[in-house]
Amino acid sequence: MADASMIIETRALCRSFGATRAVDSLDLSIFRGEIFGLVGPDGAGKTTVLRMLAAILNPTAGHATVAGFDTVKKSEAIKAHLGYMSQQFSLYGDLSVLENMNFFADIFGIKRQARAGRIDRLLDFSRMRKFSARRAAQLSGGMQKKLGLACTLIHEPEILLLDEPTTGVDPVSRREFWDILTELHITGTTIVVSTPYMDEAERCSRVGLMYQGRLMVCDAPSRIRMMVDGELLAFRPENLQRAAALLNGQPGVLEIQTYGDLLHIFVDAAARRGPEIIERLAQAGLSCAGPWPAQPRMEEAFISLIGKQAGK
Amino acid sequence: MENAIVAHDLTKHFGRFTAVDHITFRVPRGQIFGFLGPNGSGKTTTIRILLGLMKPTAGLAEVLGMDITRQPERVRAHLGYMSQRFSLYNDLTVIENLRFFGRAYGLHGDKLRAQIDFVLQMAGLVGRERQYARLLAGGWRQRLALGAAIMHTPQLVFLDEPTAGVDPVSRRMFWDLLYRLTSEGMTIFVTTHYMDEAEHCNQLAFIHNGHIIAEGTPSEIKERMMHGQVLELSPGDPARAVGLLRAAQSDGRLQADEVALYGLSVHVIGADIAGQQATILEMLRAEGIDPGLALLIPPSLEDVFIANVR
Repeated sequence: MADASMIIETRALCRSFGATRAVDSLDLSIFRGEIFGLVGPDGAGKTTVLRMLAAILNPTAGHATVAGFDTVKKSEAIKAHLGYMSQQFSLYGDLSVLENMNFFADIFGIKRQARAGRIDRLLDFSRMRKFSARRAAQLSGGMQKKLGLACTLIHEPEILLLDEPTTGVDPVSRREFWDILTELHITGTTIVVSTPYMDEAERCSRVGLMYQGRLMVCDAPSRIRMMVDGELLAFRPENLQRAAALLNGQPGVLEIQTYGDLLHIFVDAAARRGPEIIERLAQAGLSCAGPWPAQPRMEEAFISLIGKQAGK
Repeated sequence: MENAIVAHDLTKHFGRFTAVDHITFRVPRGQIFGFLGPNGSGKTTTIRILLGLMKPTAGLAEVLGMDITRQPERVRAHLGYMSQRFSLYNDLTVIENLRFFGRAYGLHGDKLRAQIDFVLQMAGLVGRERQYARLLAGGWRQRLALGAAIMHTPQLVFLDEPTAGVDPVSRRMFWDLLYRLTSEGMTIFVTTHYMDEAEHCNQLAFIHNGHIIAEGTPSEIKERMMHGQVLELSPGDPARAVGLLRAAQSDGRLQADEVALYGLSVHVIGADIAGQQATILEMLRAEGIDPGLALLIPPSLEDVFIANVR
């Protein structure tokens, strides 16, 4: 590897399915120990990237190295270093939590002496001890994901690939799942996680935004949030819908979004446009609280970046 | 009638299990009302009662000014419902689905054609009329399902987890669509466990274990319900900083509900974090970690929700 701290690297990685280019010339560098978020809409190519990194799908062109091994030539060697949890990660519903973990320990050839201690630690770690005798089919969605993660960790991989691990999981379980990922991160595990949730993207060390098979941007969440065009102001007008309609097309107004009882307005220059907007609403007889400066969120940055891409 | 829904002391038992426990709330007309809570908190049971599909064990539900338990048929003609699984016919095309739902609601002839045109326009499905529903991407399917649910121009629409598995760009288009419908007078009742999305609703109610634990606009809920504080740090070594602060949390040196990693930042959440700020910074410095910029930041709705269900 060119850089010792780099644990995953892809060069001009491509994968086509028939005429569809699912992944298009992807250059990706992931550093040892980071939480890397692969973010993008459905069909952007996230799952295909993860499958290629897990060495279960060959690229059409280009190449990828994972933990120093080429994913095509050394696919077997990679598996010892890697835990991969797919979206359809299958647990055995008729087996208990403990039996499932033992089953995965068998698959990965974990020796008897090492096994008991390791399963014990994972039960605590995944907060599943209370449920160790429960059949997997009777666990809630959030608990099934935690069990899936525990099974993925049975061979103590240094790299973890997670494909949308929290889709359909409720907020309390989702936060607990991320707590567990943070524990893994502290111990130095490299985590690559795909997600359609922008608030989860904020929890990653770095994020790659994928769109139509390409990597649009790759940076820390705080820096991606700065890539939005214009400045963001929040207003609380007495009539949201009327205010939004009035301000549509107002000079300097780039975009208007409704958030509950607030309007989020992107403008070209906040200092000048803020008072102008209040003035415009007052002329129409609408009172309005604000403006307050607001921080753009990942979702806004993402939509703005895709907009630019689509406009090209 | 200013309220589309008035629920009073609504209760539903299943055997010894109480799914919905004396809940009271109002949904004003022309608004997007977000009904939030984890899986199994009572959201779907409440929707089923409000749709007149299930009788409550006790309490009153007035929907569009009528008692839903006494006149379910009369009320239901004015209700739309989009279920979690987007109940579309996969082997029918876009236009066939709309025609099917339109006829099921008793539309025909010119009225049916006009309504199909309106829905195709609104949902951005023009040009895709002959595509099979199963071949549509998530966002298109979702808008088609919404279109099918409003073919009969209902006054009140229930959307049960409408954006599960839909990407951010489509989600944004979907919300724009919902705002347009409410500006034309429709009332929308939406369940979600996606807190980010809840910020888009005009009014919210949080349900947990069958109880409503908070109600109001997103800003009101944040002001009233969040007694804790969120301190954001940008330390030199975030992973080590989280490890240290979590250790301090578990042995009692730090009184916090949560220490979480957000990208390169660390969030410390708890009742009196401002008062412990100096201690926190000192703990990090003592281990050679530059704490960086420390800021008390506004909590997200999810922070508020988690703080209240713990």
